[in-house]
Amino acid sequence: MKEISMDRVNQTRENMLDVVKSATLTHEQKVANMANLADSLLEVLDLPEGLDELLNAPIDRQCICDLGEGHAPLRPRYIVPDYAKFMREGSKFLRLDPPTDLYEALNHLLIFYKNVPSVTNYPVYVGALDHLLDPFMKDVDDATCLKLTKMFLLHMDRTILDSFSHGNIGPDCTKAGRIILQATAELQDAVPNLTMKYDEDITPDDFAILGIETALKSAKPSFANHKMFKSELGEDYVIASCYNGLKYGGGSYTLCRLILGNIAKRAKNIEDFKENVLPYVLDIQARYMDERIRFEVEESGFFENNFLAKEGFISRDKFTAMYGLVGLADAVNILLEKEGRTGLRFGHSKEADDLGVEIMEIINDFNNNHYNKYCEATGGHFLLHAQVGLASDQNVTPGTRIPIGEEPEELIDHLKVLSRFHKYFPSGTGDIFPIDMTVHKNHEYLLDIIKGAFRDDLRYLSFYASDSDVIRITGYLVKKSEIEKLERGENVMLDTTALGMGAKHNGHILERKVR
Amino acid sequence: MAPVNKIIPFSSVDGPGNRTSVFLQGCNMDCKYCHNPETRKECRNCGECVPKCPVGALDLKGGHVVFDYTKCVACDTCIKTCRFDASPRIRELSPEETMAEIMKQVPYIRGVTISGGECSLHADFIRDLFILCKDKGLGTLIDSNGSYDYSKDPELLAVTDGVMLDVKAWSKSDHQKVTDYDNSMVLKNLEFLASVGKLYEVRTVIVPELFDIEETVVNTAKTIVKYLDVSDIRYKLITYRPMGVRHEYSGMTPPSQEQMRDLADKVKKIGVKTVVNV
Repeated sequence: MKEISMDRVNQTRENMLDVVKSATLTHEQKVANMANLADSLLEVLDLPEGLDELLNAPIDRQCICDLGEGHAPLRPRYIVPDYAKFMREGSKFLRLDPPTDLYEALNHLLIFYKNVPSVTNYPVYVGALDHLLDPFMKDVDDATCLKLTKMFLLHMDRTILDSFSHGNIGPDCTKAGRIILQATAELQDAVPNLTMKYDEDITPDDFAILGIETALKSAKPSFANHKMFKSELGEDYVIASCYNGLKYGGGSYTLCRLILGNIAKRAKNIEDFKENVLPYVLDIQARYMDERIRFEVEESGFFENNFLAKEGFISRDKFTAMYGLVGLADAVNILLEKEGRTGLRFGHSKEADDLGVEIMEIINDFNNNHYNKYCEATGGHFLLHAQVGLASDQNVTPGTRIPIGEEPEELIDHLKVLSRFHKYFPSGTGDIFPIDMTVHKNHEYLLDIIKGAFRDDLRYLSFYASDSDVIRITGYLVKKSEIEKLERGENVMLDTTALGMGAKHNGHILERKVR
Repeated sequence: MAPVNKIIPFSSVDGPGNRTSVFLQGCNMDCKYCHNPETRKECRNCGECVPKCPVGALDLKGGHVVFDYTKCVACDTCIKTCRFDASPRIRELSPEETMAEIMKQVPYIRGVTISGGECSLHADFIRDLFILCKDKGLGTLIDSNGSYDYSKDPELLAVTDGVMLDVKAWSKSDHQKVTDYDNSMVLKNLEFLASVGKLYEVRTVIVPELFDIEETVVNTAKTIVKYLDVSDIRYKLITYRPMGVRHEYSGMTPPSQEQMRDLADKVKKIGVKTVVNV
């Protein structure tokens, strides 16, 4: 392990003491922060030359960001256990036999969730809830199923203290799927996040409409393009954390992101960006991710020692890594300004959007030519990911979104821009639309938009009613009423409420164009 | 060609699902509660609106008001200026040109609705446009005041999924009072379109002090139920609201929520299955 200065140690000790004394952090949040600060003192990675300047810079200059993964990754960032196997076989480590009825199934899952690590220390994937529970609901009356499902979801909301926790339903309609939607609409809580895998050839319209009605009450489920994800990742894909497409029984070792706007600031002009500046940063981020993965696989011992791996709930060879980016719109606008073409803005001119596509093609080509031997699940390559931003981001536009406040007047023009970019991101991208429910009482209207969008190469869409308490921040959910509590200096249970508050002030997420 | 006032790319209120709505200019009735009076008349080229346009989208050339669609920011200043219930923002489009604008929304829409003004004043245009729509598998609805004799135009009906018909008042005298127009053809259309399965929806704007609302709603509902075995017909009861109504008519009293509920209950009792209160 490399030496570090006493100055850095002392600074970290100061930071730790601040955490101990914090008035707004809950106990669990303090413990997690203390662990992160301790981790920050470790120096075990063999970092690529040039990384430091790109990574450890203020937010207006930082070009690469590792999203708080820490210095010595002790587990993969995102873990996607095979819960179906657990339901079939139980777990030796947890001393649980397979569940025999709905009561046991729900209780078993809640136990399991407390043993699934991730970067947030909470499970980022809680299973294909409908498929897991449906076999146990066959002989149980609807009222009992609903009551138990509500208790199950409520338990998750109050104990999985982070809304980067994601359940899936669909694409087929089941009794359990309907019950889960009904319970979700009634509870209106932030956890778990929920995605309906949607395929117009599989998902019945009335089930999709129930999903839309639920989303307009509780900001979830979101809708994932099942055909698209299946064609890229296979039938055994899941949606985890914000909206991340990953392999079932695997996960993602790491997620780092390019901050494209800041990378563009370093370029003299478009040519310099495409030829020199961007390729330089692409290479360093990839090698940084390679090193993080090497440490996790070869040194951390996670895949040898954790019960999830030992009992086959995950397998190392189903993991991949997410090569993230933010600020495509920022990069395009900055580069066009450098060329003196200030009238052109991303999302509003074909030339600007074309430049966005060119940049994406460069990144995509780079990734397709970069090989990592531990990503064999995805052909030896990382998966591109349109990252949704951090609460502390300022002037950073999530992924390939059009900046809030600049959305095209007509929704169709907005969607047409998105349809050029969603296809690049098998490990996730998405767009969010607040809907004015006083105008759009017609839920088939939204279903038509989802159907059209998925035929038109969009990947993932979220809607919420503009007057809803639960809203989608960037990928995760937060209750506006909880943000208000935090703003008054009160404790709140979920980690993500603080992120939502940051995004409200820095990312202006309450100012999205209402459709 | 037809005078196109406006194309709304995504509409959730002009029929089932998501549709593109095309509004044609010009109307033959004079409904006192008209909510978009600027669609009623053709432009007289008086030019009063031209200097008021904040973005220079209007020009007076050779005695004609010329409109530059690409500059318009839809601020409605011209419409507020116009004293003749017209709009300078009209584009004369062919069915093919209109279709090109509709195609921008495919595959996000399930159909097209033609409205107005009174769109049936341009029945040939609608027929030709709907032939193009059907070719692309799009649904087709007409929003009409019922003054056109649909029974005499089988070619149009062949490419029309349904009509959304206004029954503005039941008695001749009330209809005359509401619209300055006779309603014999409207009532004929109510029966005819229902009998051939081409009546998607009937609508009545409820203004208690303008006409006999109960007589109108009850008789309309009774007519609808005779044909429900042919196809389902929705009855939409619309609350009159003064927004957008011409100043001289904007003082009428809106119905109470209780009145609207009461009417809906009556319609349901008569046997109409789908009643929508808006």
